[in-house]
Amino acid sequence: MSGQSFRLVSGGLVDRDRALNFSFDGKPYRGFAGDTLASALLANGVRLVGRSFKYHRPRGVLSAGPEEPNALVELRSGARREPNTRATVTELFDGLDAASQNRWPSLVFDLLSLNGLVSPALVAGFYYKTFMWPAAFWEKLYEPLIRRAAGLGRAAGLEDPDHYEKAFAFCDLLVIGGGPAGLAAALAAGRSGARVILCDEDFCLGGRLLAEKREIDGKPAAEWLAATLAELENLPEVRIMSRTTVFGLYDHGIYGAVERVGDHLPEPAPHQPRQRGWRIHARRAILAAGALERPIVFPGNDVPGVMLAGAARTYVNRYGVLPGRETVLFTAGDDGWATARDIAAAGGKVAAIVDARGEADPARKALADKLGARLFAGGVIEGTRGGRQLDGVTIRDASGATMALACDLLAVSNGWNPTLHLTSHQNGKAVWDEALQCFVPGTLPAGLAVAGSAAGHFTLGQALEDGARLGGEAAAEAGLKPAAAGPVPMTDPEATALQPIWRVKGAKGKAFVDYQNDVTDKDVELAAREGFRPVEHLKRYTTLGMATDQGKTSNLSGLAIMAEQTGKTIPQTGTTTFRPPYTPVAIGALAGHHRGKEFRPVRLAPTHDWSKEQGAVFVEAGQWLRAQYYPKPGENDWLTTVNREVQAVRAGVGLCDVSTLGKIDIQGADAAEFLERVYINGWKALPVGKARYGLMLREDGFVMDDGTTSRLGDSHFLMTTTTANAGKVMQHLEFCHQVLWPELDIRMVSVSEQWAQVAVAGPRARETLRAVVDPAHDISNEAFPYLAARAVTVGGGIPARLFRISFSGELAYELAVAADHGDAMMRALMRAGQPFGITPYGTEALGVMRIEKGHVAGNELNGQTTPRDLGLGKMMSAKKDYLGRLMAGRQALIEKDRPSFVGFRPVDPTQRLRAGAHFIGIGKADIMENDEGYMTSVAYSPHLNHWMGLGLIKGGAARIGERVRAYDPVRNGDIVVEICSPVFVDPEGARLHG
Amino acid sequence: MRITCPHCGARDAQEFTYLGAADLKRPDGMAATEAAMTDYVYQRENPAGTHRELWYHGAGCHAWLVVTRDTRNHAIAAVEAAKSRKTGAAA
Repeated sequence: MSGQSFRLVSGGLVDRDRALNFSFDGKPYRGFAGDTLASALLANGVRLVGRSFKYHRPRGVLSAGPEEPNALVELRSGARREPNTRATVTELFDGLDAASQNRWPSLVFDLLSLNGLVSPALVAGFYYKTFMWPAAFWEKLYEPLIRRAAGLGRAAGLEDPDHYEKAFAFCDLLVIGGGPAGLAAALAAGRSGARVILCDEDFCLGGRLLAEKREIDGKPAAEWLAATLAELENLPEVRIMSRTTVFGLYDHGIYGAVERVGDHLPEPAPHQPRQRGWRIHARRAILAAGALERPIVFPGNDVPGVMLAGAARTYVNRYGVLPGRETVLFTAGDDGWATARDIAAAGGKVAAIVDARGEADPARKALADKLGARLFAGGVIEGTRGGRQLDGVTIRDASGATMALACDLLAVSNGWNPTLHLTSHQNGKAVWDEALQCFVPGTLPAGLAVAGSAAGHFTLGQALEDGARLGGEAAAEAGLKPAAAGPVPMTDPEATALQPIWRVKGAKGKAFVDYQNDVTDKDVELAAREGFRPVEHLKRYTTLGMATDQGKTSNLSGLAIMAEQTGKTIPQTGTTTFRPPYTPVAIGALAGHHRGKEFRPVRLAPTHDWSKEQGAVFVEAGQWLRAQYYPKPGENDWLTTVNREVQAVRAGVGLCDVSTLGKIDIQGADAAEFLERVYINGWKALPVGKARYGLMLREDGFVMDDGTTSRLGDSHFLMTTTTANAGKVMQHLEFCHQVLWPELDIRMVSVSEQWAQVAVAGPRARETLRAVVDPAHDISNEAFPYLAARAVTVGGGIPARLFRISFSGELAYELAVAADHGDAMMRALMRAGQPFGITPYGTEALGVMRIEKGHVAGNELNGQTTPRDLGLGKMMSAKKDYLGRLMAGRQALIEKDRPSFVGFRPVDPTQRLRAGAHFIGIGKADIMENDEGYMTSVAYSPHLNHWMGLGLIKGGAARIGERVRAYDPVRNGDIVVEICSPVFVDPEGARLHG
Repeated sequence: MRITCPHCGARDAQEFTYLGAADLKRPDGMAATEAAMTDYVYQRENPAGTHRELWYHGAGCHAWLVVTRDTRNHAIAAVEAAKSRKTGAAA
């Protein structure tokens, strides 16, 4: 095991008493608690961490934060393997196992780095130009090849073993970012009693304070930080959420955040989710997300060892790691000098300071002297040496002379870009600040304020001042009396002068603008030459700013080079519109528990447990789980079982749970009038104690739903709907009442879940019921005829409702009791029917019997059929208006050759019918022009001993007796069928009235 | 989005279902021409700006609401129950 040879002997915020073992590409290493994977790798001298996307060039750690474009690894293994994880934000844990990506066979010897040698062929637009022809090759050949060569990490390909949660939070103030500005804001608002949530993506609060050697009120900033955190933790209404990234800003003060609950552990703690997706409702929010440092575009700027100067400072000050032994600083402003100072203070050697700004002032000269660094004022870096690791740089001084200098770290400083992403999520455009040379937030979304560096206020003093002021304002906005604001803490002086350089010109070699997508300055020039100049075209032509980092380190350089090419200014060239998420979010965190079986709730019928005892096979019907059939021992295929169930019903009696049908209770003086308007048939004449079949249309004239509705009292109706449409019909009726006819005196409520309802069907149904319904109720054929619907009692006084309605065509009833009694009712009916061979049946047998009777169901009520199409045109009342009446009469909907409803039987009775088969005339070609309709439902009839079908065919009933082909090319079906009546069993309806 | 239901208070938009224009007047189906009914069923304005529209609070009180929303930025100016509305063409 190699030692941590780049770890400083002291300093940093890592816990040197807690060593952690981890591995990278199978090799064991050691780091400390408080490290990130990146800092631990650097401590061990590992500089090469990945291969680039297109050219497979060696890449190292560029940054120390979420913007990292290079150091992407596959974290963990097996089902927990996560590709494209940024090493710079991956908290080290004991046993961490990471692997480099996009290399073969190994990181050090990558055969595909040959791509670099043929790189002229891989410039921007290459794919578009080369792989155009033939089109079919793209999907089959080019794309798979390109994806193998150019790619990021591999997905696990296994089911995610962890679980995720969704959570909701509400607050007066959401503070986004736990750096100095965010902490000051939370403190000011929290002291006044406001409900504050402070989110920070890091595992330590403090932001840049953790990475800088600064003083607040004359003391080390760490003391202010500790005191502030202690006070915040004691404020009861302040909630601090670390490891939580606010990734999106949405309408009306809603923020999306992801909390990494278990990502810093080998696997989540027992009963804990891996991540939690938060939806935070905030009256006000303060964006204090800081800033991201900008690289410089110069040849060879991607060799491992080239690092952002602020990141180098982070590794030294926060992690106690020297990212190189011999440093050259390339800076465009004052800020970079702090890196040279801190590296030297930590014992590192600063070989040279290349400050691109002309003549250096005496103070800087003195500092360079003090650090022992050669100063190249007005110089630039025009090249680097080294393959897998930086060996040296070529400096061009102010006079134009070049010289080589050995070094293993090149710290690059080119100013910072405010992390203003969230201000742009509602289409807010960032605006260019000429003085600061960066984009700053423009028009802000309602309720959002921006503090500190995120607003372009780059000094620590400004950050603390902004935070305190805006935090106080937010508290006042929430109606709270702001706590007396103390003086804003004093900070040590800092210099922020800057003259950014967008690229070093006049040098040879690849100069990368976008590291993650391997986009060079030449690619941007090419895009300009070929006319892809608007920023959106530039992005799509070169892929600049795409992929997991979304151009956090590259967008501005790309824009600046395009501006230079087109002779425009940066703001004239355009801005990037940022969209959520700010950083990648696992889909699991958005889905929460809603996956697999928990994707949506499952609803169980009141008799579910009983059906389970009977060995039922269940089927999903919308959200419901319904008994599909009840196989008996020895029955090895479903058709045998279903045939038995059907025959048992037609010969004796059967039972089927129909509780899943929608039930809507409608009451009021205008209830009958309301039904007149929503159903196509008449309701006012329906006597109390009777049920009637009803059909309702959408306003465009097509059938919406059907069902029986019973009149339980003069102003009291109970409507049933199909299982699938129960919710939709309820919403529709509410619309009709509240929006169309608010003057009607009615009230309605869904009672679907309040009642358990069982169909009792078959010639012995009445005898079965007789033993369950209390003797006081006469249910003889005379007293309780077909379509009777009345309240009864069962089992000695238990309230129930009995409906004599039939879907099977047999003598049949539906008995309803309170849902809690459903199980008992089922068992009582089974006992009562035992002498008659009572048989439970499921949805399959139900379907067979309804097809035998030619009843329409969901397959026919498909949103494209009118009552006339279904043979129900006679139900349409001519005496009243109802929803859909006028539109159902449109010319195209009453054409004679519209596909309409009939039955079909195979001419050869041994042949099986298939739903979905299309009808084509015999002897006609199987082309679309000859399509005459299709088979909607089929079943095997044990009564007829052959298959039967229902369907929609041009001309419909007028063609009964004609033969056509039922053509089903997908399943190789092509058989001759005869058009017949849709009623296959008991067309006179004698059984119904028995 | 958040919609302030007059019965339930400010609630997340996930509880609501959108329908569309709130101020359409349904023609009397016995008297109207097919053209008038066709307009009612199919023709809709698509304004960039203020829009009065119907939302159904299906996961709450089941009220149909008339929401006045700016389609450009989702700013909601007013919410009232459709059943007792005091504004609009259908009032």
